[in-house]
Amino acid sequence: MSEPEQTPGRQLLQGNEAVVHGALAAGCRFFAGYPITPASEIAEHLSVLLPAVDGTFIQMEDEIASIGAVIGASLAGVKAMTATSGPGFSLMQENLGFACVAEVPCVIVNVMRGGPSTGLPTSPAQGDVQMARWGTHGDHPIVVLAVSSVLDSFSITVKAFNISEKYRVPVILLSDEVVAHTREAVRLPGRDEVKVMDRIRPSMPPDWYRPYEGDNRGVPPMAAFGDGYRHHVTGLIHDEHGYPTQNRKEIEGFHERMAGKIRRGFADIQMTRGFHTRDAEVLVIAYGSVARSALRAVEEARRQGMRAGLLQLITLFPFPRATVTPLLKQCRAVLVPEMNMGQISREVQRVNQCDCRVVKHNRVDGEFITPMEITRVLLKL
Amino acid sequence: MVIPAQTLRHTFLRHNKKFPHVWCPGCGNGIIMAALLRAIYRLDVSKDDIVLASGIGCSGRMPTYLDFNTLHTTHGRALTFATGVKLARPSLNVVAIMGDGDATAIGGNHFIHAARRNLNLTAIIINNSIYGMTGGQYSPTTPFGARSTTSVYGHIEHDFSIAELAVTAGASFVARATVYHAELMDRLIEQAIRKRGFAVVEVISNCHVQYGRRNNLGGAVEMIRRFKEQAVHVDRAEKMSAEELRGKITIGVLTDRELPISTEEYKKVRERARAARGGKV
Ligand SMILES: Cc1ncc(C[n+]2csc(CCOP(=O)(O)OP(=O)(O)O)c2C)c(N)n1
Ligand code: SF4
Ligand SMILES: [Mg+2]
Repeated sequence: MSEPEQTPGRQLLQGNEAVVHGALAAGCRFFAGYPITPASEIAEHLSVLLPAVDGTFIQMEDEIASIGAVIGASLAGVKAMTATSGPGFSLMQENLGFACVAEVPCVIVNVMRGGPSTGLPTSPAQGDVQMARWGTHGDHPIVVLAVSSVLDSFSITVKAFNISEKYRVPVILLSDEVVAHTREAVRLPGRDEVKVMDRIRPSMPPDWYRPYEGDNRGVPPMAAFGDGYRHHVTGLIHDEHGYPTQNRKEIEGFHERMAGKIRRGFADIQMTRGFHTRDAEVLVIAYGSVARSALRAVEEARRQGMRAGLLQLITLFPFPRATVTPLLKQCRAVLVPEMNMGQISREVQRVNQCDCRVVKHNRVDGEFITPMEITRVLLKL
Repeated sequence: MVIPAQTLRHTFLRHNKKFPHVWCPGCGNGIIMAALLRAIYRLDVSKDDIVLASGIGCSGRMPTYLDFNTLHTTHGRALTFATGVKLARPSLNVVAIMGDGDATAIGGNHFIHAARRNLNLTAIIINNSIYGMTGGQYSPTTPFGARSTTSVYGHIEHDFSIAELAVTAGASFVARATVYHAELMDRLIEQAIRKRGFAVVEVISNCHVQYGRRNNLGGAVEMIRRFKEQAVHVDRAEKMSAEELRGKITIGVLTDRELPISTEEYKKVRERARAARGGKV
């Protein structure tokens, strides 16, 4: 497959466009989707660019079909992605569980808008955070990342593909209406500056291949359909051969390996950015577009003499408790501003092992949370 | 050419898969599986180049036993996964096997759009007029008046014809057989896989356990014998009136036409995109 060329220098890009460039840089060559505001630009741009690099774009009949096609393409050995917003993400949940259980790498972008239901199609929100973690039924491994800027939309999309390939796990990339539609001048990294990871392919002869036998990380090598490693893929709980099992030991082993492969990767998967956290007494934990308001607010609070810090979460799930917990011990209070009723603040509460005060600041009125607003609350802590 | 059953078993069944299978004795699914294998045997393509995708239901279990690249997807969605596989690797022969509920109730939207889209895929639909796996609830092909576990007072909705739906939706090739017509069936499946474009084979099958029993249709043998009596070959059906065709099953090739195939058309899209962008993205 031919390599895409990056236009050098700075360019004015939307978050959604940056996701497209990140996906192409990461090696994504298949996209299936269904139009929805505020995610449609991702599909539109990929419909133009993918065929130019021997990739494939298809608009499916709905989001259920879109993620189905994405899983199929990935099983045939091609890195694949879809992009949607709340209503479409709801429709994807069943097949998302299939991707978790059958360990099919893929990236699902959810550009969040106000919910529930048709909600507020053109307003920003962060209401799908817990759904991204728990939307599909049953216990399952999954990774959820959040982007806060146009540059993030590029680099975290690359990371999303890399994690997905490395751990054979679907990765949910949460963007929001603000990040998606804001234009910023950015210089995208060149081809050689981007680290791209691919799934490990089996090296043993086909007769020896056990498609669901984990390596030392718990991740099985993945053969593509057509590579000569004929095997079975199912959403039923399966043994190492991929065949359905009712054996209690095998079922338990399956779940243990699923959870274990992500647990072993915690240090690698859990990404955060700390700003002024070293000496912080009061902490803000934020993600997505809100993290940018939060940074301004923290800087303003510092100017006014408060020892404030910001922990920006890039990985929302698995929740980066190894970074969060020590900071909660260090700080007397933590503020969690979110454009929802408190979906990450409950995670912060959950890992709070000391008497750090957890304060929520929530908006669900379709308005963006501004720096002034956060500063005001922060200065009262 | 008669292909010995042993040859089929040794060539296509998975040796490391623990049999027995999940199907009831006498179920039509086994006859259909054998017909599929005979068709594939005659096609003479490598097992590595065949992908068999299914949905959920008794029919959905078929790929588990067969030594191809096999994909047991979610209920109703086999064609969506198959679409991704085919587009990502067009050299593969992709066959989707689905139940009547699978393909035309929960998966009905995907079915009509797959037909309209006309990828080079094959769909085999096992129409046993019932939801077999979940215990005999009515499906979109359960006839008016029939009894099922969710229509014990008699079914009040009308069934539709899967093959006719496929024709209307734009499939390139549409055929129908019954499990009685095993040889016709394997020829139709072979034709369908060879066909360039979306090809559908509807197979009328017996679920004597969940459907036959409740509707006084007897066991497997009686049901299959009735298919023989009801079947009318398409050549003869064309000369019969609607009245004469009532209660009959038209078998044979219903449609075989040449239409643009979207996998082929997409190659042109790639050329146009490359020309327009000069290698830049
Ligand atoms: C989303 C979803 N809904 C319901 C089911 C339960 N279910 C399993 S098989 C089936 C019906 C199968 O009927 P059919 O497609 O006709 O296949 P058959 O068993 O008759 O071969 C249903 C409703 C499911 N697995 N998934
Ligand atoms: S329930 Fe019906 S369709 Fe299912 S295996 Fe038994 S006879 Fe076949
Ligand atoms: Mg059925």
